[in-house]
Amino acid sequence: MKALVKIMPKKGVLDPQGKAIEKSLNQLGFSQINSVIQGKLIEIEIDSINENDAQKIVEDASKQLLANLVIEDYEITIIKDE
Amino acid sequence: MEISVIVFPGSNCDRDVAVSLKKVFKRNPKMVWHKEQTLPKSDLIVLPGGFSYGDYLRCGSMAANSPIMSEIIKCGENGTFIIGICNGFQILTETNLLPGTLIRNRDLSFICKNLPLKVENSKSRFTHKYSANEIIEIPVAHNEGNYFADQKTIKNIEDKDLVVFRYCNKDGIINDETNPNGSKNNIAGIINEQGNILGMMPHPERATDKVAGLIDGEKFFISVLESIQ
Repeated sequence: MKALVKIMPKKGVLDPQGKAIEKSLNQLGFSQINSVIQGKLIEIEIDSINENDAQKIVEDASKQLLANLVIEDYEITIIKDE
Repeated sequence: MEISVIVFPGSNCDRDVAVSLKKVFKRNPKMVWHKEQTLPKSDLIVLPGGFSYGDYLRCGSMAANSPIMSEIIKCGENGTFIIGICNGFQILTETNLLPGTLIRNRDLSFICKNLPLKVENSKSRFTHKYSANEIIEIPVAHNEGNYFADQKTIKNIEDKDLVVFRYCNKDGIINDETNPNGSKNNIAGIINEQGNILGMMPHPERATDKVAGLIDGEKFFISVLESIQ
């Protein structure tokens, strides 16, 4: 099974990288773009027979290592094998 | 007195801090590889600066989960002195031994220069050799030194006098202009509530030898020595 963990800065946490990207895009002429936030996407392969177990494993991994809850929120998507 | 300096893959200030410790404590610290499961008996543990694990994921996040860290967390909770400098500070926040975290510098640039700091708490076990509100000069060298915590945490550490150093200018002015990296309220170094764990972004170990330029870090190490004795 596969899991995607999307990690984004919490609202109100300074995101200087997002701001720099936004500025660059504006300079390139993308004047309609008025906010950019940069996060991370982590793709994980898990040996797990069911979705609930997979969700729990990735949830634990996110809390223990992948995300820092002081500054980041995470969102998990489980993708079943075809 | 026994001192351990923890060495992670990517630590690069471990030797510098060992030299400073030897100068002040008159003994060689033990250099402890991060994969060790047991820590030699230690009265002081130092997590040095550097780029442990290449700063992958988040600075200090991998090192915080190194095998040796569970021993260090136990020691810290039992009152052993712990100093985390730069990457060491980042590791201490990732283990939750210190509150908050360190994010990318506000202006996205690596800062490497000597900066004035105000000693905000000169009563701590790490700073009592300094006089109240003394302005000292200590080198900084970091890309992720922007101290962040939520409002409640900031209020708590300020109310309890846990902020030991703040960035300022030569006259001691603390404001946005004298804030090099965007840290909340110019915070450069903090201690925990029990007062045995300190984290700071500036490098006192680079300011203990006149030949190298600065000497203001010496009182920091002497404070620690006297507190342990």
